Amino acid sequence: MTPLLQVENIAKMYGARIGCANVSFDLYPGEVMGIVGESGSGKSTLLNCLAGHLQPDAGAVCFDTRTEGLRNTVTMSEPERRMLSRTDWAFVHQHARDGLRMNVSAGGNVGERLMAVNARHYGDIRAKAIDWLGRVEISADRIDDRPTVFSGGMQQRLQIARNLVTGPRLVFMDEPTGGLDVSVQARLLDLLRGLVREMGLSAIIVTHDLAVVRLLADRLMVMKDGHVIESGLTDQVLDDPQHAYTQLLVSSVLQV
Amino acid sequence: MTDYNFAYLDEQTKRMIRRAILKGLAIPGYQVPFASREMPMPYGWGTGGVQVSAAVLTPEDRFKVIDQGADDTTNAVSIRRFFEKTAGVAVTEATAEASVIQTRHRIPELPLREDQILVYQVPIPEPLRFLEPSEVETRKMHSLEEYGLMHVKLYEDISQHGTIATAYAYPVKVEGRYVMDPSPIPKFDNPKLEMAGVQLFGAGREQRIYAVPPYTQVVSLDFDDYPFAPTKADHACDLCGATDSYLDELIMDDAGGRMFMCSDTDYCGTRRVAGHVGAQAAALAEDAA
Repeated sequence: MTPLLQVENIAKMYGARIGCANVSFDLYPGEVMGIVGESGSGKSTLLNCLAGHLQPDAGAVCFDTRTEGLRNTVTMSEPERRMLSRTDWAFVHQHARDGLRMNVSAGGNVGERLMAVNARHYGDIRAKAIDWLGRVEISADRIDDRPTVFSGGMQQRLQIARNLVTGPRLVFMDEPTGGLDVSVQARLLDLLRGLVREMGLSAIIVTHDLAVVRLLADRLMVMKDGHVIESGLTDQVLDDPQHAYTQLLVSSVLQV
Repeated sequence: MTDYNFAYLDEQTKRMIRRAILKGLAIPGYQVPFASREMPMPYGWGTGGVQVSAAVLTPEDRFKVIDQGADDTTNAVSIRRFFEKTAGVAVTEATAEASVIQTRHRIPELPLREDQILVYQVPIPEPLRFLEPSEVETRKMHSLEEYGLMHVKLYEDISQHGTIATAYAYPVKVEGRYVMDPSPIPKFDNPKLEMAGVQLFGAGREQRIYAVPPYTQVVSLDFDDYPFAPTKADHACDLCGATDSYLDELIMDDAGGRMFMCSDTDYCGTRRVAGHVGAQAAALAEDAA
């Protein structure tokens, strides 16, 4: 089985400082990978390098494209990479405002990716938008409302609908539950878990919330100071942490 | 005529603008940046169009200026006088006689010929501007041909109004490549963008020139189930009886009286001289007498 994403020795420097270094892993279809670590550990830098938002200084990110098999997305041309990022890839931002067009209605937000890949039938686009709003539990009568009048949780769900509407195979998520209160978080996680399983998505989730990875991720990478210090199956890493930092991280979780 | 260089601008400037025009013609619909000059008029009054006109005018040209289709409005009169004074060119109000026509917000009703140049005044050359505020991003979108966003605007129109409500500055795709803002002409004029004449667009404040060469394919964007439809007032001209021209609506009194008339004054006048009479033409003639 070929991996969907093959990451080899990715490194990104900010001047003399290390953003992330020597990160390698394979992600197989249908697998969800969690990346945890404290603030400044390089998780978001890594995610942005993988998603093509940042140009890594070294290494390769190979993606299993539909037509040509494994391609290095770091060296592929920008049009190809942007094409990937609006078809096979999806990126869920921590702040929904970064991922949504706030002055465009919910339906327009969901439809944008469809129109970007040349959907030109209004009725079809609208039907798909309604379908997707339903899947993320936003009622169809809110389709013409702008995201500005939505609650934080709804905005985040809308962002997810907007990203998944073109049927991507790989989803990058940057703290998808950040800034949401716990009950809304729980519903969002439930929703995400359902969608990931149902669509057979692969996902890379960056978070500092261990509960999120426990629920969603099959595998886990722990990062500190730009380096991966421990990786393995989620339950294995969380229940039997080997590295001192991971032990600290796991023991820092508040028990209620 | 010793006070000014011919057509106000100095020769080096005209050369720079002509280069931009040639590049624009070579890449139809592409916005060519140019070093726009200060003109003796405020931005928004046609500084871009005036610079393009100045660069293409020759002493043998016959110049016409229209504003919203009319030859006798302030903007049209002052620009026409400007070139009468600074270039000494002949001017005309007849579309057929003009070799260079500068226009704001309209395309003349009379089809243009191959030896005629139409110069548009453009306020905002970037069709994606109100959707994507970043110039860096819009240029990237143009260069990578990512025009999905333009349809988001049309989608929003339909979802809010039930139909594509954009009535002017209706986005077009030129020769299957660049999406272009045809300047704020009514969408009624969009089909005329495929013409025999040369079309040059000048945006002075935004420092952009773009062009549509003769016989170039210009397609108005739309949806399969909401096709593009040019619209006009459902009426005939009350002065000349024309049913095929774009109409202005004029309020006549406080009692709801109104009349429709061609916005292209030359077209209307020519038809009336030829003997065409509209519904209210007789009443108006009596008033005047």
